[in-house]
Amino acid sequence: MTTTSERTSPAERFQAIIDADEKIEPSDWMPEGYRKTLIRQIAQHAHSEVIGMQPEGNWITRAPTLERKAILIAKVQDEAGHGLYLYSAAETLGVTRDELVELLHTGAQKYSSIFNYPTLTWADIGAIGWLVDGAAITNQVMLTRTSYGPYARAMVRICKEESFHQRQGYEIMLRLCNGTPEQKAMAQDAVNRWWWPALMMFGPHDSESTHTNQSMEWKIKRISNDDLRQQFVDMTVPQAEYLGLTLPDPELRWNPERGHYDFGEIDWDEFWQVVKGHGPMNRDRLEHKIKAWEDGEWVRDAAAAYAEKQQARRAASRTGG
Amino acid sequence: MTTRDRITSRAPQGSVPVFDGDPLFLYLVRHADDNLILAQRLSQWVSWAPELEEDIALANLALDFLGVARALYTYAGEVEGRGRTEDDLAMLRTEREFTNVLLVEQPNGDFAHTMARQLFFDAYQLGLWEALSSSADATLGGIAAKALKEARYHFRHSSTWVIRLGDGTEESHRRMQAGIDALWRFVGELFVGDDVEAAMVEAGVGVDPSTLQEAWEERVSDVVSQATLSVPDDPFQRMGGRVGFHSEHLGHLLAEMQWMQRAYPGMEW
Repeated sequence: MTTTSERTSPAERFQAIIDADEKIEPSDWMPEGYRKTLIRQIAQHAHSEVIGMQPEGNWITRAPTLERKAILIAKVQDEAGHGLYLYSAAETLGVTRDELVELLHTGAQKYSSIFNYPTLTWADIGAIGWLVDGAAITNQVMLTRTSYGPYARAMVRICKEESFHQRQGYEIMLRLCNGTPEQKAMAQDAVNRWWWPALMMFGPHDSESTHTNQSMEWKIKRISNDDLRQQFVDMTVPQAEYLGLTLPDPELRWNPERGHYDFGEIDWDEFWQVVKGHGPMNRDRLEHKIKAWEDGEWVRDAAAAYAEKQQARRAASRTGG
Repeated sequence: MTTRDRITSRAPQGSVPVFDGDPLFLYLVRHADDNLILAQRLSQWVSWAPELEEDIALANLALDFLGVARALYTYAGEVEGRGRTEDDLAMLRTEREFTNVLLVEQPNGDFAHTMARQLFFDAYQLGLWEALSSSADATLGGIAAKALKEARYHFRHSSTWVIRLGDGTEESHRRMQAGIDALWRFVGELFVGDDVEAAMVEAGVGVDPSTLQEAWEERVSDVVSQATLSVPDDPFQRMGGRVGFHSEHLGHLLAEMQWMQRAYPGMEW
């Protein structure tokens, strides 16, 4: 049975692309819900990269060696680049970066809750690279196969850099764990504080997740929260063993029947508290971001005014004025 | 070293520099210090820039200066021959042992202050690296040749911003002029040589900084006039960085930068 494109509706063509595992492109028709979901998700992802610059930037000026300082600056710079890349992907859906930044500043859009925890010691930079970037990669590898073309392509590039970051984080942890007892204790303390928040990054249980079903049908999301979380735990436990660190979960053990690690229950009260704005650093992160934006307003205004003057000058010189 | 008292004359009567040694070592370290301290200042901008693109640009600058500092410290450590590493030199010397120029340790201030500092220093490094590219010391020449490529980009970045801000809005013009006025007293130091430089010039290794001044003035005055700004006519110039006689800002910068190595001595990171 053949159907000509004149006879199929836009909605049918959209579904056919999804069913064929092909990519939706910006010029394709898409359901309004699909567009909104993507804008929300890509913007949240972009905001996370940008807010994520703060906890790690917190250690740039105190990095213990010049090499570590260089690596950390480059990493935070990559995050700014990821933010730009993702804002551009969101802009293909008909919003501007300035609109999205405004939504972040007013709290209408969120960023990943993980960045609402403070980086207290140098070991936190290792733990973030290892656990937080590790969790992010688990999610992002899935997103390289997401149904929206610009988002999927952004993810391919971002994943390459993220896996580099994760190796660097793990390397920091390895150095600490092979160091003095003081350094090892610093590493253990960081893992104690970051393990559960890293597990929370995958979001609520599938049974509680409001967006999961529709997103799975649209192939925006291709693996459920709980399955991704399990993947991450299975990947990370052997790494922790190699480091000689204890993950702070007494229920964590290998389950030979399932072929996976069993692990304890997330403290969902803490999870929702942080989501709703009452994590240790929610207020600080947003205030920092808004202050940077407001302090920079005169610079952005000046750049715009100068560009206008230049344009007027060029126009005047063309007309011989 | 016949010109030793010319150095101390810039610090208060009676003060004696706390460093001594091979002129090549001292020469490498002072330039490394310039680059490290500026990198540290620029890295303080990360996540505070006026826009995301500028966060990336400022981080890039910090990385470039840090890279040059590391190459120079590593080479200085080899020249010294006492087994000191780049981190020993960066993290375990005191305020009085740092010999960077005062300009680079000045606080970031607003974006205009940072761009004024950058314009002055980038214009200086353009001449410096160009001259040192043909150093009789091949290692230094190689570092300089690589740094020169970066300096061209740095100068383009800072001069573009100074022009935009100077010729932008009324507020940006006022702020850009204030930045230039505030930092002008630190530019003279860039061009005053001492016995370390004299020894390096004689060996064909270094450059007499006074020979860099004319081209610097041309570059800077061209940018400043395009920006509809002016330079102050106050002749006062503050000196002392090269003999470890710093502003009060440096100690705080080092306290932060060196914290880990001071708190956890002798560990691997």
